Formats: sequence, structure tokens, C-alpha cells
Amino acid sequence: MKKILLLATLAVLLTAAAYFALRHSQGSWSGVDETVVEKYAREAGRPPRKPLIDTDQGDLLLFCFTVAGTVGGFVGGYYFRELFPPRDRERENV
Amino acid sequence: MKNRILGVALLWALLVVPAHAMHIAEGILPPQWAALWYAVAIPFVAWGLRDLRVRSGRAPVFKPMVGMIGAAVFVISMMPIPVPIAGTCSHPCGTGLAAILMGPQLTVLVTSIALLLQALFLAHGGLTTLGVNTVSMGVTGAFVGYAVFHLARRMGLPVWSAAFLAGILSDWATYAATSFELASALHGTGSMLKMFTAIAIAFVPTQLPLGILEGVVSAGVYRFIAARRPSLLECLGVEEAGAA
Repeated sequence: MKKILLLATLAVLLTAAAYFALRHSQGSWSGVDETVVEKYAREAGRPPRKPLIDTDQGDLLLFCFTVAGTVGGFVGGYYFRELFPPRDRERENV
Repeated sequence: MKNRILGVALLWALLVVPAHAMHIAEGILPPQWAALWYAVAIPFVAWGLRDLRVRSGRAPVFKPMVGMIGAAVFVISMMPIPVPIAGTCSHPCGTGLAAILMGPQLTVLVTSIALLLQALFLAHGGLTTLGVNTVSMGVTGAFVGYAVFHLARRMGLPVWSAAFLAGILSDWATYAATSFELASALHGTGSMLKMFTAIAIAFVPTQLPLGILEGVVSAGVYRFIAARRPSLLECLGVEEAGAA
């Protein structure tokens, strides 16, 4: 019960923080590549070109990032389990 | 345990959305500069390949460790983290921690693979700028992180502090290297130092807090491994037996 209360409090606090941060922030939340790298590159007359495989179209990039994140997560999780086996399996091996 | 892994994977998948940060995009560098940075990066990648072949024969835990860290570097380096004080997003690199655990050469190798995949499928970085991005994130981040960790250990600092410092400084060094790469190629007739300083200062509001976050994560992960499976650190040659 204590854990549930703690998690619920944390969730409420995080939601409130996100709400106020996004509502009152003046920031555009763009990446520093746009605000720094591309800004200086454009000033120097070298704007970025489109990538060879341009996945930055509509929701396609979001799809690619989701797939990449899922695959990366599963690969990481698979090897994590091999390196840090569950304690009961670890005891069996000993 | 299966559920936990599934949970972590789903969390990662939900967290990762299109991000652009220190990666230099396609076409920004003039061809001669892109070629120069490729020439700098290639020997380090070759060194990493050789290191992988030699060391994976020695310790059986080595391959899964490289797989896990490679996946982590790939995911971390495309994960945008909003920095409220700056109103922008950027990503950590994970190369400092990777270099502590498996050495700088292998970190360069896994970073170059991660950057290649990001350039090909995620419109993140570029193929012509793969060399320059490998040098800033892979070579600079890894070697600075590794050197700082071992220097701090020699100075007698506790391992957690050493990992923390390595995480912070490898992140900041990566962005300093990016500033240098951009300034050296794009300063034209103006002062290179002036342009380098301007770019580096522009990175500060976002990277200062993110570097600290990367330091905290590096120290936390190191502490976790030392507590959960200290023999792993001995196998990898990070710590001597009983030291962790």
C-alpha cells in the first residue's frame, strides 16, 4: 500500500511539473543541432543536406525511432539477463 | 524477470523519439574536411575491431558486455532529453561509461556502428559526416572518459567519484570536439578561435546539466555493477580482485 501511495504521489508530482514546465516555458524544445550546429553552418553558407535515406517525412521518422528503440531495448535486455542472471539462477550455478 | 526486461524495453521504446543533438548533419562539412575526419576515425575503428577479436577470446563475458553496451550507446545517443533551463533538447552519449567498462578502442567501434545506423535510418547525422561524428563522440568521448577515470583512481578518488567525473568530462569533451570540428571547417576568413568559443558557449546551457546527469548515471551504473556482480569488473580488467 505504501509503495502504491508513493508511486501515485510521484506520478502526480511529475504530471504537475510537466504541465507547468510546458505551459509556461518559452523554449521551443528543439535539439541543439538546430539551435547551435545548423545555425552556425547556415551562417557559414553550409546548410545541411537531406540524408541519403530520408526518413524525416511525416510519422515515418517516429516509426523508425520507435523500432530502433524497441530493438535496442530488447538487445540490451537480452545481454543484461546474460550478464546479470536472476538471483535464483545465479545460486543454482554456484 | 522477463516482465522486467520487457518493461525496460518498452520504456526505452516510449522514451525514444526523434532527436538531433551533437550529430553533424549531412552536407555541413566541405568534402575535404569530411575526408580528413574519416582518415582520423578509421585507424581507431580498426584498432577497436582488433581489440574485439583479441579480447573476446580471453573472457567469455566480453561479447555479451559489448552487445549490452553497444545497444545502450545506440539508444542513449538518440534519446532527446529536454533541459528546462535552456528550453532545448539534447542527448547524452554514454561513451564515458562504455570506455570505463570495455576500453576506449571498443567504445569507438560500437559508437561508429551506432552512428552508422542512425545516419542510415534515422536521419540523424550523415554518411559524409560519419567520420567527424565518430571522432567527436567515439574517439574524444571515449578516450577522455577513460583517461579521467584512471587518472582519478590514481589520485586516490573513490571509484564512484572517478566514474562520475569520467561521465561528465567525456560528455563535455564530445561537445567541445564538435565545436572544434565545426569551427575548423567553417570559420572561413574569420577567427577560428572566436567561432570555436561562440559554438562551445552556445552548447553550455544544454550540455552543462546534461553532462552532470551523464556523470550521475555513469556513477550509478558502475555502482550497480560493483554491487551486483563485482567479478564482472575483474573479468573486464577494470578493477583488481577485491578492489570493487
